Amino acid sequence: MIPSFRLFPDSASTVSGEVNGFFICMLILCSLMAIGIAALIIYSCLRYHRAHERAIGDQRRYNVPLEVTWTVVPFVLFVGMFVWGARMYFDIERPPDNAISMYVVGKQWMWKIQHPEGQREINTLHIPIGQPVKLTMTSEDVIHSFFVPAFRTKQDVLPGRYTTTWFEASKAGKYHLFCAEYCGTKHSGMIGWIYAMPRKDYQTWLTQGAAEGSMASMGEKYFHQFGCANCHHFNNQGRCPDLRNLYMRPVQISTGETIIADDNYLRESIYDPNAKIVYGFHANIMPNFTGVIQPEQVAEIIAYIKALGPQPGAQEPSNPGTAPSTYGAQKGLAGPGATSISGSEVQER
Amino acid sequence: MIEAVPVEVEKNYLTEKQGVLSWFLTTDHKRIAILYTVAVTALFFLGGFFALMMRLELLSPRNWLVSAETYNKLFTMHGIIMVWFFLIPSIPNTLGNFVMPMALGAKDLAFPKLNLLSWYVFMFAAAVTVYALFRGGVDTGWTFYTPFSTSYSTTYVVAAAVGIFISGFSSILTGLNFIATTHKMRAPGLTWYRLPIFVWSMYATSLILVLATPVLAITLLMVAVERIFQVGIFDPALGGDPVLFQHMFWFYSHPAVYIMVLPAMAVVSEIIPAFARKPLFGYKAVAWSSIAIATLGFLVWGHHMFTAGTSVYSAMVFSFLSYCIAVPSAIKVFNWAATIYKGSISWDTPMLYAIGFVGLFTIGGMTGLFLAALGFDVHVQDTYFVVAHFHYIMVGGTVMAFLGGVHYWWPKISGKMYPEGLARVCAIVVFLGFNLTFFPQFVLGYLGMPRRYAAYPEEFQFLHILSTAGATILGVGYVAPLLYLLWAWKYAKPATSNPWRATGLEWKTPSPPPAHNFESTPVVNTRPYDYEAMKEELDLV
Amino acid sequence: MSDPVALELREQFATPEQQRETASAGMWIFLMTEVLMFGALFSAYTVYRILHPQGFALGSSEMDILLGSINTAILLTTSLMMAFAESNAQEGNERWLAICLIAVMLLGAVFLYVKFSEYIEHYHEHKAPGFWFEDSSPYANNVQLFFVFYFIMTGLHAVHMIIGIGIMAFLLFRTWVGSFSAQYHTPIVIGGLYWHFVDIVWIFLYAIFYLPGLHR
Repeated sequence: MIPSFRLFPDSASTVSGEVNGFFICMLILCSLMAIGIAALIIYSCLRYHRAHERAIGDQRRYNVPLEVTWTVVPFVLFVGMFVWGARMYFDIERPPDNAISMYVVGKQWMWKIQHPEGQREINTLHIPIGQPVKLTMTSEDVIHSFFVPAFRTKQDVLPGRYTTTWFEASKAGKYHLFCAEYCGTKHSGMIGWIYAMPRKDYQTWLTQGAAEGSMASMGEKYFHQFGCANCHHFNNQGRCPDLRNLYMRPVQISTGETIIADDNYLRESIYDPNAKIVYGFHANIMPNFTGVIQPEQVAEIIAYIKALGPQPGAQEPSNPGTAPSTYGAQKGLAGPGATSISGSEVQER
Repeated sequence: MIEAVPVEVEKNYLTEKQGVLSWFLTTDHKRIAILYTVAVTALFFLGGFFALMMRLELLSPRNWLVSAETYNKLFTMHGIIMVWFFLIPSIPNTLGNFVMPMALGAKDLAFPKLNLLSWYVFMFAAAVTVYALFRGGVDTGWTFYTPFSTSYSTTYVVAAAVGIFISGFSSILTGLNFIATTHKMRAPGLTWYRLPIFVWSMYATSLILVLATPVLAITLLMVAVERIFQVGIFDPALGGDPVLFQHMFWFYSHPAVYIMVLPAMAVVSEIIPAFARKPLFGYKAVAWSSIAIATLGFLVWGHHMFTAGTSVYSAMVFSFLSYCIAVPSAIKVFNWAATIYKGSISWDTPMLYAIGFVGLFTIGGMTGLFLAALGFDVHVQDTYFVVAHFHYIMVGGTVMAFLGGVHYWWPKISGKMYPEGLARVCAIVVFLGFNLTFFPQFVLGYLGMPRRYAAYPEEFQFLHILSTAGATILGVGYVAPLLYLLWAWKYAKPATSNPWRATGLEWKTPSPPPAHNFESTPVVNTRPYDYEAMKEELDLV
Repeated sequence: MSDPVALELREQFATPEQQRETASAGMWIFLMTEVLMFGALFSAYTVYRILHPQGFALGSSEMDILLGSINTAILLTTSLMMAFAESNAQEGNERWLAICLIAVMLLGAVFLYVKFSEYIEHYHEHKAPGFWFEDSSPYANNVQLFFVFYFIMTGLHAVHMIIGIGIMAFLLFRTWVGSFSAQYHTPIVIGGLYWHFVDIVWIFLYAIFYLPGLHR
């Protein structure tokens, strides 16, 4: 009748400990305040229970010092809670630079996940422990939300743009993955499992998967298959912007604004090329690939573009023509899917 | 006069005119209040029925009673009915309508015809919505999140949205009426600082009704337009932004929470002084905290969207403002507790409800502090923790206060008392049933149980069973007052004009009051809740 | 009992003064609601214009600036007429009051006529959003979004105009039966508040829908 009833959820990520700590501190503080108020009320009700029908109470109307105290003290406490909460939030929202990048596509009613090495999973996610994992997520239809209670992370997954979340599992195990934003009839069926495993087991798992190739290499394949390479080759005589060294770089667009060429910008430029034209180039040259390139393929093409340029956080631009930027190997994950890319060439190691 | 006129023959608002038409064409705020009471009570039990079905379904981790599709419609219909057709009109349009003009010493609201119109608009809106529900229902959740509501749901979204759109006009008319009444209809001598807190809180509520409701109306209008013409206002595939919908929706729906709870605070701020025979402690702080809540309430909508993909910096601003709005709420709780301290405390039913309110509102408010913390909200957002939190505010807060207020003013409304012993038992049953229903949901939420799940992993079952058990007790606690109050309307012993020896102007007129409330316009020359000054009048020592 | 002020005093009020102030307060509160109602749409419009500057500029260039300007001039004139109506009402000049109200109604009707002919024109040019919409530019979706807001906002404004003309007709009727005098003309003032508000909304609509296209 009561299978594994418990009062506390699994804590299996680097942030879950602090969230628990916050919870327990708040619980103690609020319980003390609540018990204090309840005790005062119950005591008053018993102690000052109306003695006879015509009795009136004490007629005191105010006490300024007391009122100021119970305004200021809670406010100070609240500011403390705010600061602690905001600090945790920054930790939860900002992926560390050494995170492995995985892509997630939510759709009614399943989670599709791509590993950088090319493995694909549905409703399961295998991750190594002790390694930050950054998820770049989008939805094919309605809003979903990627929720792993054991990791204390949650992020809405929106159609038409990327959102990101990250976590670093600290304990091996099998944890719930839920969709937390109501998404239609089988919302409660849009669930899965996270398998957090020691790094060695994860490597073994990667070798067992039947990946066609790394995301970047698949991206290069699609780059040619969809004809991107016809224009975006490296001596394109100014018809279109050079994609080398583009990822996470500032780009000036035709309205004069400068934006960062992040995942969202690259994605938008594939699905709606005219939305933000690079300064000096013309609109209406690149066709619109909405409905032509699937979200998973876009993620792979972005992985390819990423491999053409510096990694996020890199300070010096690498010379794109010559210096090989080893994708995957930099993550300390020399799996079979990890590839080395030089220029436009992708080779299996 | 030689012949003594029997008291029963004296005309009051109930006996002044007879016949069905005299009710449906009345402009008397007291009669309209009763029309509203009948309507919202019926809708409350309809919404409650949906809730009961949901709780029964959740007894088992699998779909054993209804399909996932039906379950989704159940929680949507429960939300729509309870939010727009019970909680928002509940206290303002019933008790507010009845008491407010009398508390001001006025003959009626400023615009009695608008008041009746607002009831008809409300009934029409309710009819459209109930029609949508029974034609096949809606499965979007009461939040209507896009693009699910605009492009994916195949249910009666437009009809439901139109129903809510129409009900908005009823809200606006009520708010407008209350604001104008408070400004212009006060009795001679009734300055702002002599007003009962009930009026202050209703005034704050009305500000929100007038300023927030139109935004919801427009938002739902855009949803309907998008659905009918398929133009993609919120659909990213056509250049729209689904998160903009959330901003606009919560710009209304967060203040709407205060539309629900400020009137509850209004009622409790009347009951506690009356049953402690003590002036409300820190009157000015309580009065202004209502206004502060109404104002700040417009600036915190973003805390519903911490995981929605908005900027971390905007999230910080919204988090900070959410903590700020907790301060006036805390002030009120402390002031209520301080009012009870050293009072002359009666344990009559309204007081039991009021004390229950303070306790449950404190828990609801404090869990709000958890949710306002950004890093913690990430974990519990969209889980049962949130469900439990807002039910503590809306059911533990508003419904408790509503029941307390109905008992408090029952002698005035009906001219009869109610069975005190039975009513006290029911108040305790409601309090216990409520906690058993919703406290386990906090635990469920922290464990990670997402809301709006028709089926769930087995480890959550025990807590769900507890919650359902509590819900059945709560159900009994809600049905019983309906039955005994109906009985009391006819058979209970008549009430005097001021059975509680309370200080408000509404108690200075007979129970039930005459059609125009007062035989002569009252003149006010005392502070509110001034038992000292009214000792002789109220026969107190 | 021929005093019109006393005749018009409703039972819930103590003095005509109180009734007048209350009625006027009611209209101001109602206008607060209206500000938020249009405000929500203006905000949404602003968000999308920032997101899609090109599409909104293209959409605006489809507008007929001449018709828009004529309509603006017409509405400003109606406001002037309304102001004349109020001052005539204050002076108890019922004949001129009636003439001003008729002028307001007629000009309002001309405004609506121009507006609806613009709508029909947009429909024929396949610019009405929905299944009929066609646009060959690369920003078609955004142009459609522009037109969605154009139709919703000017449509909502037109609904307000129609209601306004209805109010004017009602006021004209009451002027005709002799309800108003120099002492009692609150409904004229309140109707005027409403009319001026609707007018002001149009000035903003003109600015955000017709003027951006001039840049091109």
